Amino acid sequence: MPCRSYNYDRGGRKMSKRVGLEASHAAAEAARMADVDVIAAYPITPQTHIPERLAEMVANGELNAAYIPVESEHSALSACLGAAAVGARTFTATAGQGLELMHEVVYVASSMRYPIVMTICNRALSAPLSVWGDHSDAMAVRDTGWIQVFCQNNQEAFDMTLWAFRVGEDSRVLFPVMVHFDGFHLSHVTEPVILPEQKEVDRFLPRFQYPFALNPDKPMTHGAFGPPDIYAEAKVAQEVAFRKSKGVIIQGFKEFGDIFGRYYHPVEPYKTEGARTLLLTMGSFSETAKIAIDTKKNKGESVGLINLRLWRPFPFEELRQAVKDAETLIVFDRCISFGGPGGPVSSEIRSALYNEKERPRGVSFVGGLGGRDMSVKDFEYVIDRGREIVEKGSEELFETVGIRGKVTGIRG
Amino acid sequence: MTEKRLKTGSDFTWKDMEVGNIVTEVGNASVRKTGDWRTKRPILDREKCTKCALCWIYCPDAAIKPSEEGYYESDLYYCKGCGICASICPAGAITMIEEEEK
Repeated sequence: MPCRSYNYDRGGRKMSKRVGLEASHAAAEAARMADVDVIAAYPITPQTHIPERLAEMVANGELNAAYIPVESEHSALSACLGAAAVGARTFTATAGQGLELMHEVVYVASSMRYPIVMTICNRALSAPLSVWGDHSDAMAVRDTGWIQVFCQNNQEAFDMTLWAFRVGEDSRVLFPVMVHFDGFHLSHVTEPVILPEQKEVDRFLPRFQYPFALNPDKPMTHGAFGPPDIYAEAKVAQEVAFRKSKGVIIQGFKEFGDIFGRYYHPVEPYKTEGARTLLLTMGSFSETAKIAIDTKKNKGESVGLINLRLWRPFPFEELRQAVKDAETLIVFDRCISFGGPGGPVSSEIRSALYNEKERPRGVSFVGGLGGRDMSVKDFEYVIDRGREIVEKGSEELFETVGIRGKVTGIRG
Repeated sequence: MTEKRLKTGSDFTWKDMEVGNIVTEVGNASVRKTGDWRTKRPILDREKCTKCALCWIYCPDAAIKPSEEGYYESDLYYCKGCGICASICPAGAITMIEEEEK
């Protein structure tokens, strides 16, 4: 939930300041306040402002960190691996094609359990070449074993980046964290952001104590070979540890709220009480969709919204709890899974509910691709059409929003 | 074969795996059995062997060690069966035989 209040200390003095920041600068500010040791990043639209701002901070002496300029995203994350291996607090950022180029190293970071924090300014994937936003880049790294959250606004870009260090570096977790926020819609748009005092940040975020830091006095092997007699055990151990991290993720949200006054949750219902139809969205579109919900509620319609914040590890229990009383669940995706069962989010949600005795009817929509705008009216259409599909059915596996020409041929 | 004290791959259950599969024991690469995919193995004819140690020098895996009597024998725990020792032996004392043969 976005918060527009100040924090006060015991003497009633304001402890934080409210400033205008784009999400990119908010994320850079969070990395600075987290006092990162190493930043390795390669500029790519729409993420460019993050490394630019951090490079500036390092150059100006505002941040005492090593800024490693690299020749590609593959190298950026590889440099981060090395830094994390010696116990440095490590940060990087990318988007779209950059995340794709980084792909093989993305798996290495999570499998080697290096708690690197990476912000992604979500961008569509080529071709055709697009620098604009959708969630195709995020969905392509869905299964890489990183903790992943989505942000609705710039305050959350700051908050989630700070939170990411706290959770990833926890000795019970030790997994890297991706903080997703929408390219341009957030990365380049100025909004009010409450920046905390450094002492509050220090209270929330202890120094990183990596228990396996490379050290010549205590030799050990990172990144050993995994033949068939041990690889499978390694992967199962990783999976179990990753799922277990959800407890610390939730604890981290609680600790964050207790200090900064803004409480986050894996699944965030908005006006869902008693609602027969629910719409599920992720990222900045959730804020637009909330206005559509308000409009419809004012007309007396029984609707509500679910904002899915935590994408990995997937919050099965929280999701089931949030939708259990609804008749219809409309899931909105900003990505196509070509030839698949619908958008990636939609197929995950359906899968999560499949074995439930009572579950809402599922309807899938895809829209907002490659920076295409989704207005309040568009979300009103999604809700109206979603309810119609439940009543009358649809010939398509999923429906699209705002595509010129009647879309047919998306069948199961 | 020498006694192997450190754990190797198949000794571990998934619960035994260290975070990030980090190996915290130093020097345990020698525990790993690497001679299990050999198709041929070297047989030493002690009658012909002159104990010149060329095989010991040339073995790319340091799998050949001198025995107490001074003969150079291959440690099949590591030997990959590459045949370099047989090829280099000036006395023709080493022959490679198929693993299936006795």
